[in-house]
Amino acid sequence: MDGETIARAIAGGALIGAASVWLLAMNGRIAGISGIFNGLLRPGAGDIAWRVMFVGGLVAAGLLYLALGNPAVPTASGPGIGWLVLAGLLVGYGTRMGSGCTSGHGVCGLGRRSARSLVAVVVFLAAGVGSTFVTRHLLGVGA
Amino acid sequence: MKAIASAGVAGLAFGLGLWVSGLTDPARVIGFLDLFGRWDPTLVFVLGGAVGVTSLAFPFVVKRERALLGGKLHLPTRNDIDRPLVLGAMLFGAGWGIAGYCPGPGFTSLGTLDAGPWLFVGAMIVGTLMHQVRDAARVRTTSRAA
Repeated sequence: MDGETIARAIAGGALIGAASVWLLAMNGRIAGISGIFNGLLRPGAGDIAWRVMFVGGLVAAGLLYLALGNPAVPTASGPGIGWLVLAGLLVGYGTRMGSGCTSGHGVCGLGRRSARSLVAVVVFLAAGVGSTFVTRHLLGVGA
Repeated sequence: MKAIASAGVAGLAFGLGLWVSGLTDPARVIGFLDLFGRWDPTLVFVLGGAVGVTSLAFPFVVKRERALLGGKLHLPTRNDIDRPLVLGAMLFGAGWGIAGYCPGPGFTSLGTLDAGPWLFVGAMIVGTLMHQVRDAARVRTTSRAA
């Protein structure tokens, strides 16, 4: 890891934090990606427009970043179709059950000094370390 | 209308932050979670930068009690540590470690048109709906018992 990587990590992280502050200050909403998106899947959900725009902004950011000539990350070399689907199912089910993901519990929850979020962050980090160990070191799954 | 545009700005900035920080690279995320391999500490700086900003600014926002574009602040009110919180975080973490994607990087990587993020996000939506169906079934059972 070099100096540029660290600088980008801090700057990008600060931008993520600033976007979260913006959404709470302007819209009064917590920037939890899973929570915002799950609100769209609930039958009879009312406040759909801002959620669509937030998720649309996320998707547009990818298009913009690539359009500016930045190299795409090598997403294709993943763990394989079966593993990706299993991962998606676990992330969808788990974030719904645990009321949040890295953004809601991590970036926002820790910023609010929420005990629930601190527990969630410690648990999902530990589980992530565990599943990485099992898949990469025991089962030989690709990066 | 302003609130809707504002949410779009927040999503765009959030997504750009994910790209700049390196969080959209699953290999980097796996490198961070792989304590037993060649550990990559980059994510510590990403989370440090993000939480640094939110923990400094949130107290001022919360003190105002109202959103600048009108309406109240929708803050979570629960503070109990229950089974679904822990079990859900466990399942989410397990999936995160397998793919190197959490929801944000999944969504913002759709634009690469790579099959990986599309498969991941598609399965994530199915997973969310599965929990929703299970929840609804449980509510029906409880109301019958009562």
